Amino acid sequence: MESNVDCCENRLVTSRRGFLLGGASFAAWAYLPKFARAADGRDPRLIVVILRGALDGLATVAPVGDPDYAALHGPIALTSDGPHAATMLDSFFALHPAMPEFARMYRGKQAAVIHAVATPYRDRSHFDGQDVLESGFAGPGRVQSGWLNRALESLPKGEHVSNGLAVGATTPLVLRGAAPTVGWAPANLPPAADDTAMRLLDLYQHRDPALASALRQGLQLEKTALGEDMKARPGGNNIAAMRLVARGAAKVMAADDGPRIAALAFDGWDTHANEGGPVGRLSQLLSGLDGALGEFQSGLGERWRDSVVVVATEFGRTARINGTEGTDHGTGTVALLAGGAVKGGRVIADWPGLKPANLYEGRDLAPTADLRAALKGILRDHLGLGEAVLAKNVFPASAAVKPMQGLVG
Amino acid sequence: MSRDPQAALMALNRFGFGARGGASGDLVNAASDPRGFVRADLQRPAAVRLEMPTLQPTPALAEVAFAYQAEVKQAREAAKANAKAAAGVADGKPAPPAQPSNSKPASAGVSNKMASMDMPAKDNADAQVQANDAAKAPKPLNVIQKTFRAEALARLQRALQVDCGFGERLVTFWSNHFCISAAKGQLGRMWAGSFEREAIRPHVFGRFSEMLMAVEQHPAMLFFLDNQQSLGPDSRAGQNRKRGLNENLAREIMELHTLGVGSGYTQADVTSLARIITGWTFVGRQGKLGPPGTFVFNANAHEPGPQTLLGKTYADTGLAQGEAALADIARHPATAKFIATKFARHFVADDPPPALVARLQDVFRRTDGDLKALATTLVDSDEAWQAPLTKMRSPYEYLIATGRLLDHMPEEPGRYLGGLNMLGQPLWSPSGPNGFPDTNAAWAAPEGMKLRLDIAAEVASRIGDNVDPRDLLELVAADAASQETRQTIQRAESRQQALALLLMSPEFQRR
Repeated sequence: MESNVDCCENRLVTSRRGFLLGGASFAAWAYLPKFARAADGRDPRLIVVILRGALDGLATVAPVGDPDYAALHGPIALTSDGPHAATMLDSFFALHPAMPEFARMYRGKQAAVIHAVATPYRDRSHFDGQDVLESGFAGPGRVQSGWLNRALESLPKGEHVSNGLAVGATTPLVLRGAAPTVGWAPANLPPAADDTAMRLLDLYQHRDPALASALRQGLQLEKTALGEDMKARPGGNNIAAMRLVARGAAKVMAADDGPRIAALAFDGWDTHANEGGPVGRLSQLLSGLDGALGEFQSGLGERWRDSVVVVATEFGRTARINGTEGTDHGTGTVALLAGGAVKGGRVIADWPGLKPANLYEGRDLAPTADLRAALKGILRDHLGLGEAVLAKNVFPASAAVKPMQGLVG
Repeated sequence: MSRDPQAALMALNRFGFGARGGASGDLVNAASDPRGFVRADLQRPAAVRLEMPTLQPTPALAEVAFAYQAEVKQAREAAKANAKAAAGVADGKPAPPAQPSNSKPASAGVSNKMASMDMPAKDNADAQVQANDAAKAPKPLNVIQKTFRAEALARLQRALQVDCGFGERLVTFWSNHFCISAAKGQLGRMWAGSFEREAIRPHVFGRFSEMLMAVEQHPAMLFFLDNQQSLGPDSRAGQNRKRGLNENLAREIMELHTLGVGSGYTQADVTSLARIITGWTFVGRQGKLGPPGTFVFNANAHEPGPQTLLGKTYADTGLAQGEAALADIARHPATAKFIATKFARHFVADDPPPALVARLQDVFRRTDGDLKALATTLVDSDEAWQAPLTKMRSPYEYLIATGRLLDHMPEEPGRYLGGLNMLGQPLWSPSGPNGFPDTNAAWAAPEGMKLRLDIAAEVASRIGDNVDPRDLLELVAADAASQETRQTIQRAESRQQALALLLMSPEFQRR
C-alpha cells in the first residue's frame, strides 16, 4: 500500500472520496487451484461473505410458523401476508421481502438456508465472535490466520492469478495467513461511516457537546455536497458499497485467469435500535446483500454453475426485541448459501423452538447446528479437502464436528 | 494500574505526542511520575537535534537546487530551439514567434506540431499518444520533491519514536512560530526541512535571542519574506539599481516573531528595522559573495547611517547594527508577554490561566529568554496540570498520535503528507507567515471533524482487524477513559468501527 499512496499526497486533496474504502472489502487467493480447467471440467469457485455486526437470523429467515415468533419480534416481526409480505420458503420459514434475488435463486434450487446455526463461540462480544468465525478456532484469541487461508494451503497450487489485482488491500481475517492473497477495491466507494458517525455523535453528545455540534454540522455539509440522490438513509452507503464490491469481485472472478476463491466482508449489521421489520434499517442492509448476491450471479455468468457463495455472521441477536425496537447480541442465527453448485431450495434446520425454555440462556435462538459442520461440508464436497485436514488444520480441534452432508453437488 | 491516570493522559497528550502502542508502557510510566515523564525530555536537550547522513545542510541543498534549475532551463531552451526548427521545416516558412514563456518545456514541441495543419496524420497521432502517456504516467519526483519528502520522513519518524515527545512538540511549536512556507518556490520546498534542523532545533532549549538570530539569518527565512530583494535606498546597490526597501521581513519580525501586533511599535519602527537589516541576504547561484546558499551580509545593499528603532538609535555598524537591534527586540518586555501567552495558549488552553502566563513571562524576562527555563516552568506549574483537556489536537498531532498508537513506522511520508493536506495542515506550508492556527475554533470545525472521522475510518479499515481496540484503549487512557467512551468502543460492531471510534474519542482528540 505504501508505494501506491506515495504519489497521492496531491490527489487526496481533490478526491477525498476516492481515498475511502467504505464498509466492504474483497480479497482473494493469489493462485488458481491446480484442478482449475482440469480434465473433468470442474472449475469450482467459492466466495465467503462475512457479515460483521451480527445478523438477526430471525428477521432474515423468519420462523413465521413458530407460535412464539410474532410476540417475540413484536412490531418488527415479518408476516406472510399484508403489504410487505415475506416470501414463504416452505410452510414454516419466510424470507425477508427485501431479498427477491435470493428468493428467485431459492426457487431455482440454487440457494439454501441453514438455520439455528452458530459458531462454537457462546459469549456476545463482536470482536471475539468475529475472531472465532473467521479464524476457525474453537475459542477467541488473537490468531494470525483464517480458516479459508489454511484451507488454501492444502489445495494444489496452480498459476498466479492476474487481472490487475494488487497485493495489500484489506484482507479479512478469514483469508489472512500464509497463503498469499490479492485484493481489489473500487476506486470510488462512498464512505460507510454513517453508523460509525452516529455512534460517535452519540458519544460526543454525552461527553463533548462542542465536538458533537461540529461533527453534526460536518455530516450535514457532506450530505448537502453529495446531493439529493445520495442522501443517506440509514445504511445507504453500505448498500452501495456491497453492490459495488460484489460487482467488481464477480467481474475479476469470472475471468479465466481470475481468482477462484475469495472472501468479502460487509459491515453494519449491529441493529440495536430501530431495526425495522419488512422496511427500515435491516431491510436496507438485506437489500444490499441481496443485490450483491444478484451481482455475483450475473457477473459470474457461466461460472455461476460451479460457484458457491457462503454468507455467515459472528452470532445472532436476541429473540425478543429490546426497548428500542431493535435486538441485542444473541447466539443462533442463519447462514445463507447461494450458487449453481448448491443443492438448494431448502431450509436446513433442526428447529429448537422459541418457547422461553427453549431459548439459549432464556433470550437467544438456541443453536442446533455448528457452522463449522456446514463449512466443512462445503470445503470437502466443493473443493475436495480431506476430513483429516479439515479437522486438524482448517478448523483445529474439531474432529467431533462432522461435515454436513449434501450441501453441494 | 496506575497512580494517576488522568495526569498520565496530561503528560502524554498535553505535553507529548500520545502513548505509543506495542510494549512501550508509556501510559504506565507516565502515571507513575507524570511530571518526571515530561521533564525527562528537558534533560536530553541534544535529543531534539536531527542529524542524519541523508539530510544535507542548506548550502549543499542550494547547490543541488541551483543545478536542477539550470538543467530545467537548458532543457526548456533546447525544446524551444527544436520547436522553432521543426515548425520552420514543416511550414517551409520562417519559424512562428516563440511560445509564451509560461509554456511547459515538454509540451512546447508537441503543441507546435499539433498546430501545424499540414503535418502528416501519423505524426499527429503519435504526438497525441505521447501526450496521453505523459498525462497518465506519474511524473517521476524531481530532486526538490525528493528532498522535501526525505526531510518530512525524518521528522515524522522522529516524532513517532520519541518517548514522551515534549521536545518534539516544542520543535513544532517553535517551527510554527517562526514558520516559512515550503509552498513558496523551489527554494522554500528545498529548505523547509533544513531550516527547522538548523535554525529551530539547536535552540529549542537555548536562548530565544539565539533562535531569533538563527531564524532571521537563515536563507530560508530571508527567501520566504523577501529580504534578499530588499535594498537600502541609499546603498550602492539601491542607487545603482533604482530599487529600495522591502519591509516584509522587518514587519513580521516585530508583529509575528517578537513584540506582537498592537504592542506599541509604529510604522516608522518597521521601516527602521527594514533599513537596519538591508544587506541580510543569502549567496545566490553564482557565488559572488561566498558559497551559494549561505547567509551573507552584503554591505553594498545595506542602508548607510544610524537608525532609530523603538526610541533607541543604532549606529551603522553594518551587520552588527541588525544584530544589536534584534538582541534588544528579543529582550523587550512586549516580546516576553507575547511569547509567554502564545506558549501557554499552545500547551494549555485557548484562554490560558493568567497566573500561568504571568509566571512564564516573568521567567522569560528574568532568564533573558532561556527557553529551557520557559519549558521547565510550564511543566512545573500546577495550572498546566489542572486545566481540563480542552484543546484539540492539531491534524499533525492527531496523525502522529495515531501512528504512535498503532506502532506504525512509515518508510514513505506520503500517507501522512496526504492526511495533513486533507485536514488543512500541509507540512511546513501554512498559508501565511503567521503559521497554522492554534485554537479550537480552527481545528474543531465541522468539515475538519468529518474529515478526521473519514481518516480514522480509513486507517481502521486498513488495520482494524490486526488490533484489539479494547487493548488500545488501555494503552491510550486506561482508567482515565470515560465510561461512555469505554462502552462505545466495547459495543462497536467491528474492530474497525471500534478503532475508528477510539481514534475519534475525546480522550484521543483532546489534549
